[in-house]
Amino acid sequence: MSTLHTVNKSPFDRNSLDTCLSVTKADATVLMIEDGVAGAMQNTTASAGISDAMAKGVKFAVLGEDLRARGLPADRVMDGFSVVDYAGFVQLSADHDNVQSWL
Amino acid sequence: MALDVNGTSYEVDEEGYLANLNDWNPDVAAALAAADDAELTDAHWEVINFLREYYEEYQIAPAVRVLTKAIGKKLGKDKGNSKYLYELFPYGPAKQACKYAGLPKPTGCV
Amino acid sequence: MSDTKKFVYINRKAPYGTVYALESLEVVLIGAAFEQEVQLVFVDDGVYQLTKGQDTDGIGMKNFSKTYSALGDYDVNQIYVDEQSLKDRGLTMDDLQELTYEDEDDDWAEKSSMKLVNREQLADLISDADVLLNF
Repeated sequence: MSTLHTVNKSPFDRNSLDTCLSVTKADATVLMIEDGVAGAMQNTTASAGISDAMAKGVKFAVLGEDLRARGLPADRVMDGFSVVDYAGFVQLSADHDNVQSWL
Repeated sequence: MALDVNGTSYEVDEEGYLANLNDWNPDVAAALAAADDAELTDAHWEVINFLREYYEEYQIAPAVRVLTKAIGKKLGKDKGNSKYLYELFPYGPAKQACKYAGLPKPTGCV
Repeated sequence: MSDTKKFVYINRKAPYGTVYALESLEVVLIGAAFEQEVQLVFVDDGVYQLTKGQDTDGIGMKNFSKTYSALGDYDVNQIYVDEQSLKDRGLTMDDLQELTYEDEDDDWAEKSSMKLVNREQLADLISDADVLLNF
Protein backbone atom coordinates (compact mmCIF):
# COMPACT_ATOMS: atom_id res chain seq x y z
CA MET A 1 0.00 0.00 0.00
CA SER A 2 1.59 3.31 -1.04
CA THR A 3 1.03 6.37 1.06
CA LEU A 4 0.97 10.07 0.23
CA HIS A 5 2.13 12.06 3.27
CA THR A 6 1.12 15.72 3.35
CA VAL A 7 2.97 18.10 5.69
CA ASN A 8 1.43 21.54 6.23
CA LYS A 9 3.58 22.78 9.15
CA SER A 10 6.96 24.46 8.88
CA PRO A 11 9.74 22.02 9.85
CA PHE A 12 11.35 24.88 11.81
CA ASP A 13 8.25 25.40 13.95
CA ARG A 14 6.91 21.86 14.50
CA ASN A 15 8.27 18.33 14.43
CA SER A 16 5.67 17.08 11.87
CA LEU A 17 8.21 16.63 9.08
CA ASP A 18 10.68 14.81 11.37
CA THR A 19 8.03 12.36 12.54
CA CYS A 20 6.75 11.96 8.99
CA LEU A 21 10.22 11.18 7.62
CA SER A 22 10.86 8.67 10.41
CA VAL A 23 7.91 6.54 9.28
CA THR A 24 7.91 6.90 5.48
CA LYS A 25 8.63 3.85 3.33
CA ALA A 26 10.42 3.77 0.00
CA ASP A 27 7.18 3.74 -2.02
CA ALA A 28 5.81 6.84 -0.29
CA THR A 29 5.60 10.43 -1.48
CA VAL A 30 5.89 13.43 0.84
CA LEU A 31 3.98 16.50 -0.37
CA MET A 32 4.71 19.81 1.36
CA ILE A 33 1.87 22.33 1.41
CA GLU A 34 0.91 25.58 3.23
CA ASP A 35 3.64 26.57 5.77
CA GLY A 36 5.22 23.16 5.17
CA VAL A 37 6.68 24.37 1.84
CA ALA A 38 9.50 26.09 3.74
CA GLY A 39 11.04 22.63 4.20
CA ALA A 40 11.55 22.20 0.46
CA MET A 41 14.09 24.99 0.14
CA GLN A 42 17.83 24.38 -0.35
CA ASN A 43 20.40 24.77 2.43
CA THR A 44 18.13 24.69 5.46
CA THR A 45 18.41 22.78 8.72
CA ALA A 46 15.78 20.40 7.31
CA SER A 47 17.72 19.58 4.12
CA ALA A 48 19.86 16.73 5.49
CA GLY A 49 16.90 14.69 6.75
CA ILE A 50 15.12 15.10 3.41
CA SER A 51 18.22 14.02 1.45
CA ASP A 52 18.45 10.90 3.62
CA ALA A 53 14.84 10.02 2.88
CA MET A 54 15.37 10.64 -0.85
CA ALA A 55 18.33 8.25 -0.76
CA LYS A 56 15.98 5.65 0.70
CA GLY A 57 13.68 6.09 -2.32
CA VAL A 58 11.01 8.39 -0.88
CA LYS A 59 9.68 10.88 -3.45
CA PHE A 60 9.13 14.55 -2.63
CA ALA A 61 6.76 17.17 -4.01
CA VAL A 62 5.86 20.74 -3.06
CA LEU A 63 2.83 22.87 -3.93
CA GLY A 64 3.85 25.74 -6.21
CA GLU A 65 0.94 28.01 -5.23
CA ASP A 66 2.10 27.95 -1.60
CA LEU A 67 5.73 28.65 -2.58
CA ARG A 68 4.67 31.67 -4.65
CA ALA A 69 2.44 33.05 -1.90
CA ARG A 70 5.42 33.02 0.47
CA GLY A 71 7.91 34.55 -1.97
CA LEU A 72 9.98 31.33 -2.03
CA PRO A 73 11.50 30.89 -5.51
CA ALA A 74 10.86 27.50 -7.17
CA ASP A 75 14.39 27.53 -8.59
CA ARG A 76 15.75 27.27 -5.04
CA VAL A 77 13.78 24.16 -4.14
CA MET A 78 16.03 21.16 -3.36
CA ASP A 79 16.99 18.89 -6.27
CA GLY A 80 14.75 15.85 -6.49
CA PHE A 81 11.51 17.68 -5.61
CA SER A 82 8.73 18.05 -8.12
CA VAL A 83 6.82 21.32 -7.95
CA VAL A 84 3.11 20.58 -8.46
CA ASP A 85 -0.08 22.65 -8.73
CA TYR A 86 -3.50 21.86 -7.23
CA ALA A 87 -4.27 19.46 -10.10
CA GLY A 88 -0.97 17.71 -9.35
CA PHE A 89 -2.01 17.46 -5.68
CA VAL A 90 -5.21 15.70 -6.75
CA GLN A 91 -3.26 13.40 -9.09
CA LEU A 92 -0.87 12.43 -6.28
CA SER A 93 -3.82 11.64 -4.01
CA ALA A 94 -5.25 9.41 -6.71
CA ASP A 95 -1.92 7.72 -7.42
CA HIS A 96 -1.47 6.53 -3.82
CA ASP A 97 -3.58 4.05 -1.89
CA ASN A 98 -3.87 6.29 1.14
CA VAL A 99 -3.24 9.82 2.37
CA GLN A 100 -1.68 10.59 5.74
CA SER A 101 -2.02 14.28 6.72
CA TRP A 102 0.49 15.36 9.35
CA LEU A 103 -1.62 18.18 10.76
CA MET B 1 -28.12 45.70 2.30
CA ALA B 2 -27.75 46.99 -1.23
CA LEU B 3 -27.13 50.22 -3.12
CA ASP B 4 -28.71 50.70 -6.54
CA VAL B 5 -26.69 52.57 -9.16
CA ASN B 6 -27.91 52.88 -12.76
CA GLY B 7 -29.95 49.70 -12.45
CA THR B 8 -27.16 47.61 -10.88
CA SER B 9 -27.34 46.50 -7.26
CA TYR B 10 -24.20 46.62 -5.09
CA GLU B 11 -23.86 44.93 -1.72
CA VAL B 12 -23.00 47.26 1.19
CA ASP B 13 -22.61 46.65 4.93
CA GLU B 14 -24.79 48.11 7.69
CA GLU B 15 -22.76 51.34 7.70
CA GLY B 16 -22.97 51.72 3.93
CA TYR B 17 -19.43 50.56 3.08
CA LEU B 18 -19.10 48.68 -0.20
CA ALA B 19 -18.84 44.94 0.50
CA ASN B 20 -16.66 44.21 -2.51
CA LEU B 21 -13.68 46.42 -3.37
CA ASN B 22 -13.89 45.46 -7.04
CA ASP B 23 -17.46 46.76 -7.32
CA TRP B 24 -16.21 50.33 -7.15
CA ASN B 25 -16.49 52.83 -9.98
CA PRO B 26 -16.95 56.62 -10.01
CA ASP B 27 -20.75 56.32 -10.33
CA VAL B 28 -20.83 54.09 -7.26
CA ALA B 29 -18.72 56.67 -5.38
CA ALA B 30 -21.17 59.42 -6.31
CA ALA B 31 -24.10 57.24 -5.18
CA LEU B 32 -22.40 56.43 -1.86
CA ALA B 33 -21.93 60.18 -1.33
CA ALA B 34 -25.50 60.95 -2.36
CA ALA B 35 -26.72 58.49 0.28
CA ASP B 36 -25.03 60.82 2.83
CA ASP B 37 -26.44 63.94 1.11
CA ALA B 38 -22.93 64.84 -0.02
CA GLU B 39 -21.79 65.96 -3.44
CA LEU B 40 -18.33 65.13 -4.77
CA THR B 41 -16.23 68.02 -6.10
CA ASP B 42 -12.78 67.88 -7.71
CA ALA B 43 -11.29 68.42 -4.27
CA HIS B 44 -13.09 65.33 -2.98
CA TRP B 45 -11.97 63.29 -5.97
CA GLU B 46 -8.33 64.20 -5.33
CA VAL B 47 -8.54 62.58 -1.90
CA ILE B 48 -10.63 59.61 -3.07
CA ASN B 49 -8.22 58.84 -5.90
CA PHE B 50 -5.30 59.21 -3.54
CA LEU B 51 -6.87 56.67 -1.16
CA ARG B 52 -7.46 54.17 -3.94
CA GLU B 53 -3.82 54.47 -5.05
CA TYR B 54 -2.64 54.09 -1.45
CA TYR B 55 -4.75 50.96 -1.00
CA GLU B 56 -3.52 49.49 -4.28
CA GLU B 57 0.08 49.95 -3.17
CA TYR B 58 -0.13 48.99 0.52
CA GLN B 59 -3.38 46.96 0.81
CA ILE B 60 -4.63 49.12 3.70
CA ALA B 61 -6.60 52.29 4.17
CA PRO B 62 -4.26 54.71 5.96
CA ALA B 63 -4.96 56.03 9.46
CA VAL B 64 -6.02 59.69 9.44
CA ARG B 65 -2.64 60.90 10.72
CA VAL B 66 -0.87 59.02 7.94
CA LEU B 67 -3.38 60.22 5.35
CA THR B 68 -2.93 63.86 6.38
CA LYS B 69 0.85 63.66 6.16
CA ALA B 70 0.78 61.84 2.80
CA ILE B 71 -1.75 64.24 1.27
CA GLY B 72 0.44 67.15 2.35
CA LYS B 73 3.39 65.59 0.63
CA LYS B 74 1.53 64.77 -2.57
CA LEU B 75 -0.96 67.65 -2.96
CA GLY B 76 0.70 70.43 -0.99
CA LYS B 77 0.80 71.74 2.58
CA ASP B 78 -2.46 73.72 2.20
CA LYS B 79 -4.28 70.40 1.76
CA GLY B 80 -2.28 68.26 4.15
CA ASN B 81 -4.01 69.42 7.32
CA SER B 82 -7.00 68.18 9.21
CA LYS B 83 -8.97 71.43 8.81
CA TYR B 84 -8.98 71.13 5.03
CA LEU B 85 -9.76 67.41 5.11
CA TYR B 86 -12.54 67.76 7.71
CA GLU B 87 -14.18 70.49 5.62
CA LEU B 88 -14.31 68.08 2.70
CA PHE B 89 -15.30 65.08 4.79
CA PRO B 90 -17.06 66.29 7.94
CA TYR B 91 -17.74 62.73 9.19
CA GLY B 92 -13.99 62.19 9.46
CA PRO B 93 -11.63 62.18 6.49
CA ALA B 94 -10.40 58.61 6.81
CA LYS B 95 -13.81 57.14 7.51
CA GLN B 96 -15.93 59.06 5.03
CA ALA B 97 -13.43 59.34 2.18
CA CYS B 98 -12.62 55.61 2.48
CA LYS B 99 -16.30 54.85 2.19
CA TYR B 100 -16.66 56.76 -1.09
CA ALA B 101 -13.39 55.22 -2.32
CA GLY B 102 -14.94 51.79 -1.79
CA LEU B 103 -12.30 50.77 0.75
CA PRO B 104 -12.81 48.90 4.01
CA LYS B 105 -12.87 51.00 7.17
CA PRO B 106 -9.33 52.13 8.03
CA THR B 107 -7.42 49.88 10.43
CA GLY B 108 -7.48 51.55 13.81
CA CYS B 109 -9.75 54.25 12.47
CA VAL B 110 -10.78 56.97 14.90
CA MET C 1 9.45 60.75 33.64
CA SER C 2 8.39 60.10 30.08
CA ASP C 3 5.05 58.48 29.27
CA THR C 4 6.52 56.80 26.23
CA LYS C 5 6.93 53.08 26.55
CA LYS C 6 8.91 50.70 24.43
CA PHE C 7 6.65 48.14 22.75
CA VAL C 8 8.47 45.15 21.32
CA TYR C 9 6.57 42.82 18.97
CA ILE C 10 8.10 39.35 18.61
CA ASN C 11 6.99 37.74 15.32
CA ARG C 12 7.74 34.01 15.05
CA LYS C 13 5.25 32.56 12.56
CA ALA C 14 5.20 32.22 8.78
CA PRO C 15 2.43 34.17 6.99
CA TYR C 16 -0.78 32.59 5.53
CA GLY C 17 -0.61 29.15 7.24
CA THR C 18 -1.79 30.70 10.51
CA VAL C 19 -3.36 34.06 11.30
CA TYR C 20 -0.59 35.28 13.68
CA ALA C 21 1.38 37.34 11.15
CA LEU C 22 -1.63 39.31 9.93
CA GLU C 23 -2.94 39.80 13.48
CA SER C 24 0.43 41.17 14.56
CA LEU C 25 0.56 43.60 11.64
CA GLU C 26 -2.93 44.88 12.43
CA VAL C 27 -2.11 45.38 16.09
CA VAL C 28 1.08 47.24 15.14
CA LEU C 29 -0.87 49.56 12.81
CA ILE C 30 -3.58 50.23 15.39
CA GLY C 31 -0.98 50.64 18.15
CA ALA C 32 0.95 53.16 16.05
CA ALA C 33 -1.80 55.70 16.76
CA PHE C 34 -0.66 55.82 20.41
CA GLU C 35 2.76 57.24 19.52
CA GLN C 36 4.85 54.89 21.59
CA GLU C 37 8.28 53.59 20.68
CA VAL C 38 7.75 50.46 18.59
CA GLN C 39 10.27 47.77 17.69
CA LEU C 40 9.44 44.77 15.52
CA VAL C 41 11.47 41.61 15.81
CA PHE C 42 11.31 38.86 13.18
CA VAL C 43 12.73 35.59 14.47
CA ASP C 44 12.26 31.86 13.69
CA ASP C 45 9.60 31.43 10.96
CA GLY C 46 8.68 35.11 11.39
CA VAL C 47 11.41 35.96 8.88
CA TYR C 48 9.19 34.47 6.13
CA GLN C 49 6.76 37.37 6.62
CA LEU C 50 9.23 39.73 4.97
CA THR C 51 10.22 37.73 1.87
CA LYS C 52 10.21 39.58 -1.46
CA GLY C 53 7.86 38.79 -4.32
CA GLN C 54 4.99 37.17 -2.43
CA ASP C 55 2.11 36.38 -4.79
CA THR C 56 -1.04 35.00 -3.16
CA ASP C 57 -3.27 34.82 -6.26
CA GLY C 58 -2.93 31.03 -6.30
CA ILE C 59 -4.10 30.54 -2.70
CA GLY C 60 -6.93 33.10 -2.73
CA MET C 61 -5.70 35.11 0.27
CA LYS C 62 -4.91 38.82 0.62
CA ASN C 63 -1.22 39.58 0.00
CA PHE C 64 -0.51 41.61 3.12
CA SER C 65 3.24 41.62 2.51
CA LYS C 66 2.68 44.92 0.66
CA THR C 67 1.49 46.50 3.90
CA TYR C 68 4.90 46.21 5.58
CA SER C 69 6.18 49.01 3.31
CA ALA C 70 3.58 51.34 4.86
CA LEU C 71 5.11 50.91 8.33
CA GLY C 72 7.50 53.80 7.72
CA ASP C 73 4.48 56.11 7.23
CA TYR C 74 3.29 54.96 10.65
CA ASP C 75 6.64 55.87 12.25
CA VAL C 76 7.43 52.21 12.78
CA ASN C 77 11.04 52.15 11.66
CA GLN C 78 12.92 49.85 14.02
CA ILE C 79 12.71 46.43 12.42
CA TYR C 80 15.06 43.70 13.60
CA VAL C 81 15.71 40.46 11.73
CA ASP C 82 17.41 37.53 13.45
CA GLU C 83 20.50 36.42 11.53
CA GLN C 84 20.48 32.81 12.74
CA SER C 85 16.84 32.33 11.70
CA LEU C 86 17.66 33.44 8.15
CA LYS C 87 20.67 31.15 8.02
CA ASP C 88 18.75 28.10 9.28
CA ARG C 89 16.28 28.62 6.43
CA GLY C 90 18.77 29.14 3.61
CA LEU C 91 17.87 32.85 3.39
CA THR C 92 19.79 36.13 3.44
CA MET C 93 18.74 39.78 3.79
CA ASP C 94 18.69 39.89 -0.05
CA ASP C 95 15.64 37.60 0.04
CA LEU C 96 13.69 40.12 2.14
CA GLN C 97 11.92 43.28 1.02
CA GLU C 98 13.72 46.51 1.82
CA LEU C 99 11.69 48.53 4.34
CA THR C 100 12.47 52.22 4.65
CA TYR C 101 11.28 55.39 6.35
CA GLU C 102 11.76 59.10 5.75
CA ASP C 103 13.73 60.77 8.50
CA GLU C 104 11.88 63.93 9.52
CA ASP C 105 14.97 65.23 11.35
CA ASP C 106 17.22 64.78 8.32
CA ASP C 107 15.33 66.59 5.53
CA TRP C 108 13.13 63.52 4.94
CA ALA C 109 16.05 61.42 3.75
CA GLU C 110 15.00 57.85 2.98
CA LYS C 111 16.68 55.41 5.35
CA SER C 112 16.53 51.69 5.96
CA SER C 113 14.33 50.51 8.82
CA MET C 114 15.91 47.07 8.93
CA LYS C 115 18.72 45.75 11.03
CA LEU C 116 20.22 42.27 11.15
CA VAL C 117 20.75 41.15 14.77
CA ASN C 118 22.44 38.28 16.55
CA ARG C 119 21.04 36.49 19.60
CA GLU C 120 22.97 38.69 22.03
CA GLN C 121 21.40 41.82 20.51
CA LEU C 122 18.03 40.08 20.53
CA ALA C 123 18.44 39.35 24.22
CA ASP C 124 19.06 43.07 24.83
CA LEU C 125 15.98 44.06 22.80
CA ILE C 126 13.83 41.75 24.91
CA SER C 127 15.27 42.76 28.25
CA ASP C 128 14.98 46.49 27.42
CA ALA C 129 11.29 46.23 26.46
CA ASP C 130 8.55 47.78 28.59
CA VAL C 131 5.85 45.76 26.85
CA LEU C 132 6.38 42.49 24.98
CA LEU C 133 3.78 41.30 22.47
CA ASN C 134 4.11 37.82 21.01
CA PHE C 135 2.72 36.55 17.74
